Amino acid sequence: MAKILINDVTLRDGSHAVCHQLTKKQIAVYAKAAERAGIPVVEVGHGNGLGASSLQIGESLLPDMEMLKTARESLVNSKLGVLIIPGIATINKDLRKAFEVGVDVVRVASHCTEADITERHISYVRERGKEVYGVLMMSHMATTEILVEECHKLKAYGAEGVVLMDSAGAYLPGDVMERISTLVANLKIPVGFHAHNNLGMAIANSIAATEAGATILDGSMRGFGAGAGNAQLEVLCAVLGKMGYQTGIDLYKVLDAGEIAEQELVQITPAPKGISIVSGLSGVFSGFSKHVDRIAKEYNVDPRDILFELGRRKVVAGQEDIIIEVAVNLWRKNEH
Amino acid sequence: MKDPHKKLKVAILGSGNIGTDLLVKVLRSSYLECALFIGRSLSSPGMTKAISLGVPVSDLSIDVIMKDPDCCNLVFDATSALYHKHHANILDELGKFVIDLTPSRVGTMAIPAINLRECLHCKDVNVVTCGGQASIPLAYVIGQIHKDVSYIEVISTIASRSAGAATRINLDEYIETTEEGIRLFSGCNNAKAILNLNPAQPCVDMQTTIFAKVKKPYLEKLRNAIDSMVKKIQCYVPGYELIVPPVMENDRIVIMVRVKGRGDYLPSYAGNLDIISCAAIAVAEEYAKATIEKVSA
Repeated sequence: MAKILINDVTLRDGSHAVCHQLTKKQIAVYAKAAERAGIPVVEVGHGNGLGASSLQIGESLLPDMEMLKTARESLVNSKLGVLIIPGIATINKDLRKAFEVGVDVVRVASHCTEADITERHISYVRERGKEVYGVLMMSHMATTEILVEECHKLKAYGAEGVVLMDSAGAYLPGDVMERISTLVANLKIPVGFHAHNNLGMAIANSIAATEAGATILDGSMRGFGAGAGNAQLEVLCAVLGKMGYQTGIDLYKVLDAGEIAEQELVQITPAPKGISIVSGLSGVFSGFSKHVDRIAKEYNVDPRDILFELGRRKVVAGQEDIIIEVAVNLWRKNEH
Repeated sequence: MKDPHKKLKVAILGSGNIGTDLLVKVLRSSYLECALFIGRSLSSPGMTKAISLGVPVSDLSIDVIMKDPDCCNLVFDATSALYHKHHANILDELGKFVIDLTPSRVGTMAIPAINLRECLHCKDVNVVTCGGQASIPLAYVIGQIHKDVSYIEVISTIASRSAGAATRINLDEYIETTEEGIRLFSGCNNAKAILNLNPAQPCVDMQTTIFAKVKKPYLEKLRNAIDSMVKKIQCYVPGYELIVPPVMENDRIVIMVRVKGRGDYLPSYAGNLDIISCAAIAVAEEYAKATIEKVSA
């Protein structure tokens, strides 16, 4: 059976779940647990990756480089990964420094139709001889044909593999199957999938992706991630093992890492609740949920109305500011 | 200035989205005449448009100006940041007044609502970025009213369709140049810029949000000052509109503006093209007026 590369996003997507307030101790303890379990790649940082600490998305407790240094000290066989979104972070300000700290794997992400903004960043990583993947976020917003085209661009820029993110947790297994199988048939480089659990489909969608030929899967302990969380990594490893896929991860130790994550990082275990379910239905970025919740209370409007309006306006990741505009407009409408 | 022969001769270097939008605006100007529209390929969409408008064109890039330096007095550079670094030296030697529409950070930053007159004494004027033109005047006002601004962040979202190849390859320069402009004009040393491309159909209008952290906000005073600044900007960017006046949200000042374009080249959603070429035209017309005054004096 095929070998699946597991990319652990607990310390990156999980940042969304705690408003990017991960501490040094939490990062160190969890990175050690991941290392013991034999997890191949541990992605670390702000929820939206390098340079994303901001009023728009949320300010990090620790500077990026401190997070990365801390994780670096705990990782030996597991690789240290980062996510970078052009438009938020730059090579000079962010990526260069990440290499100084000793990052092994870089994933360069764009909205699913905008792959050409990743060219310089992918080339930069490639020129430094490091591993680089191209990521398409909010992939439910594009047709399969467009995703194929965009992935071809990522490949041409030098990406060793491509990852589709279901950033809004909007897919059902059939959607994943169709997209991933088409990409696998067209690309000849590894294809990956990153799930969110807004509609309770994270594990089912991840399995659909592997059955369709994906060989890279993202997951996080206890599902610790934005909104309703990601594919729960311990479950994913167990299910993949049961199906006969190889991950190279030790079952008992990954289960132990899950316990450690729960004790040390996870304040509230992510689950599909009202806001996240509506975010999945309306196709809105999972990372918006905490902002929507807060702003809805401030303006005394229904957060679900905000989400459906954001979905109608087809906002993309990074457009958190529009939540305020939508809430202000709903509030004005309610007042008059 | 009614006499068309007295218009200032300008050349536009770069036939992409920005260069072509600029061309339409130059053709409408009472002070400017497009002597040459320059690109690298006669078959590009911008070039085709220029030819259809009867404008003299060339596909020889900067070489055509080097061969015939007298063809123009002013050069708009709408190529890319990397190219401008190369063009800047050549145009400086030729003694041209240059308005740079790329995020190269070579010349003096110009925000017409703030420092129009001062810029005319420089040789290379940089109109920052679209997000910079939309946000810097507001950041400047925030800095004028509050002396304790600890942080300013600006987020712009533009329609994917409006972002051409050079814009896409220059995202890093966009961010770093916009941040420098914010720091320079607001006096706040801590600034961050974010740019989003949104592919929604129908295309979204350009929209910019400013967040600022201050110890003690003076919202009433700020609202009035922002209103006057918006009116000032509207004099040269007619589609500039305040959509969320200064409010406090989560301990930060929030201001949001939308920029609709005039639909000169791309449709009206491309406010990002419009605002940067409007700023460039504002500088060029002011320069033209000053030059003509000097000549007639």
